[in-house]
Amino acid sequence: MTMTTVPSGDGHLALLPAGATLRITDLEGNQAADTLLYDAADLDNRYSAVDTVREQAAAYLTTGSALLSTDLDVLATITADTVGRHDTLGGACSQESNVIRYGLHTRHQHACRETFLRWGAPVGIGARQLTHNINFFMNVPLTEDGGLTFADGLSGPGQYVELTAAREVYVLISNCPQLNNPCNGWNPTPIGVTVS
Amino acid sequence: MTTTKVEHEVPGGAAWSLRVRPGREVRFSALGPGANCSLLLLTPDGDRLNVPDTLKAQMSARITPPMVLMSDRGVGLASVTGSSLDWHDAVCGHSTDRHVTERSSYQEHRNDRRISARAGLLSELRKRGFDRADLHATVNLFSKAAIDDAGRLSHVPKHCAADDWVALRTEVELVLVMSTAPHPLDPSWKPAGVRVAVTDAPPDEASRLFRPESGRALDAAAQALA
Ligand SMILES: [Zn+2]
Repeated sequence: MTMTTVPSGDGHLALLPAGATLRITDLEGNQAADTLLYDAADLDNRYSAVDTVREQAAAYLTTGSALLSTDLDVLATITADTVGRHDTLGGACSQESNVIRYGLHTRHQHACRETFLRWGAPVGIGARQLTHNINFFMNVPLTEDGGLTFADGLSGPGQYVELTAAREVYVLISNCPQLNNPCNGWNPTPIGVTVS
Repeated sequence: MTTTKVEHEVPGGAAWSLRVRPGREVRFSALGPGANCSLLLLTPDGDRLNVPDTLKAQMSARITPPMVLMSDRGVGLASVTGSSLDWHDAVCGHSTDRHVTERSSYQEHRNDRRISARAGLLSELRKRGFDRADLHATVNLFSKAAIDDAGRLSHVPKHCAADDWVALRTEVELVLVMSTAPHPLDPSWKPAGVRVAVTDAPPDEASRLFRPESGRALDAAAQALA
């Protein structure tokens, strides 16, 4: 079992057979790993953040969370997590949403959506197939009064999360290149991907 | 003088869609207590309401005036110009066939049969050339799911009363796809109808001035078609 190092701003696509486990390691700490899952036999039966959140009545993901699809099938389960909680309601960065959030000068900075499109294309995952993702190692607390904030990451060097596939799935990862907020500690760093 | 372009009462538990020009007000009114309207926004060329981008850009876990509803492509699709309610859920998705626990069929129940939001939304999407690939997170107008410190979600009953309302201003041409099936965390099946009325929108500065992010999303809407 060898670890693939994915530099920041790069991506990874893994075809995971049922029962296989994929570990994402935050090698240097405080690095967001934006992740999507797809039923390999039916790309439209893809990870659904809102269905996952609602069916478990839980806004954050951790060990035991079932990652559900739009058809409410379990695509994978989080089987290990040294961090404690991960975001799935904050979405991925894109060049266009960077303009909204930070201004026009960020339009040509690299963003997760570019990485998703590049790494998804060979298996037919295009813009229409992109959906609301998981942000592993990211901390986005929701508050009782309806607020949402980006807090300091709970992760650190060597922390990891593991997904075990419940059916054959594609796991599409963007190692987030965001420079404009603390989600990567202002300094995007590599992650490790290991399949066993 | 504002003339009504379209007015339609969507019965409880039904689905509907309509195409709306930019610069219109679309006003949704609850025809009874406990209404829910699971709403998708799309553009004719396939841009879609993106709830996570909308929430994070405006630091909110709910939809409330004067937020701007933002798209996959970074465009402000519509502004929430007013509402009698301060919270519209957007993190719980919409009901699926699995949430419609009581079996019903057309053969037995005719048009009183129970249809999930998913089934209704898909039917309306498909009529207009969209499909499962376009199922994004919905805004659930008139519904609230409370969030506690641990991130646990629970449906708030009686959040919506008869005559509660919410108004959107369309910023670009939109396809609105909606279902009035109950919220997926609502254990009862007592769907109320929703009236949808489209008129000319009055000028709106509140959304533009709400946050710099909201203003920039509206700038992108103005430049979406050069
Ligand atoms: Zn990113």
